[in-house]
Amino acid sequence: MTPEELAQLKKARRGRNIALGLILLGFVVLFYAITIVKMVD
Amino acid sequence: MTVTTVHNPALPSEWRDYLALTKPRVMSLVVFTGLAGLLAAPGHIHPVLGFTAVLCIAMGAGGAGALNQWWEADIDAQMKRTLRRPLPQGRLRRGDARDFGVALSAGSVGIMGVAVGWLAAAILAASILYYAVLYTVWLKPRTPQNIVIGGGAGAFPPLIGWVAVTGEITAMPLLLFAIVFMWTPPHFWALALFVKSDYAKAGIPMMPVVAGDGATRRQILIYSVLLLPISLAPWWIGGTGAIYGLAALALSGLFLLLSLPVAFRRAGGGEAMAPEKRLFAYSVIYLFALFTALVADHYFVAGVFA
Repeated sequence: MTPEELAQLKKARRGRNIALGLILLGFVVLFYAITIVKMVD
Repeated sequence: MTVTTVHNPALPSEWRDYLALTKPRVMSLVVFTGLAGLLAAPGHIHPVLGFTAVLCIAMGAGGAGALNQWWEADIDAQMKRTLRRPLPQGRLRRGDARDFGVALSAGSVGIMGVAVGWLAAAILAASILYYAVLYTVWLKPRTPQNIVIGGGAGAFPPLIGWVAVTGEITAMPLLLFAIVFMWTPPHFWALALFVKSDYAKAGIPMMPVVAGDGATRRQILIYSVLLLPISLAPWWIGGTGAIYGLAALALSGLFLLLSLPVAFRRAGGGEAMAPEKRLFAYSVIYLFALFTALVADHYFVAGVFA
């Protein structure tokens, strides 16, 4: 693997990890909100 | 050293490739009709749960889209329209696409059941299986009626949105299902008329490939005629007010008018399929406008008689 390919691989992996992190964070917020709504009901 | 432009199959997959697996453009229509069904339904749903329901509909559609691309990767590689998808381009492993699709599908059904209700979740599960198994695996490669029966998959979202609010299946959400069901064949066959050479190459028995242009054009007309009374039915049974009724009459009337030149055209008129492209473009606007009218009608009637 050339240095360029390695850099590209790292960039793609970083992008995937950031996207996954944001999605997980979004689910944490959503489940918190659902729980609060269900408790109030 | 020479630089070539040959594609590298070992390219690392990006988050955009996963997004492309979910067919975002199809999803936008699914989200819209699902949201419209939710907003037009009688009763109340907490905004957080309503948002969750629409999110689950979108995730379910995305999961089904990913499973569809996983199954059809070889077919997609043979068609110009689908050649740039991540799997035929080798930007994603097939197994990863399958796992992503299964995770999205299972996650969407589970969250829908826990947060919103298990009837909505069951219909969502049925819609995913309908698209990913019944349509993609079984019908699409076997019958030129694939679009008619497969259109059922796209007809589920307004039904799911409605049931998320009411918790029961009544005539109105079934009519919304029927509208999208009748709308799908003329919408898709108009497209298939101007991209049919691609389907023929991939061996998919689309109506124009198998039965010919003439039969396809006649069937487009039949479904456009059927769409008119079915789109008016919610008004006739008293499920909506006149705003929706008049909008449906105008929109479906225009749909029928635009289908006439498609239906009665002889093959080989050299103007590059203009009526077919016009009908296809209008069919997308039609569905957005009809469901917008449904929601507007609901809020107007609620506002006036509250």
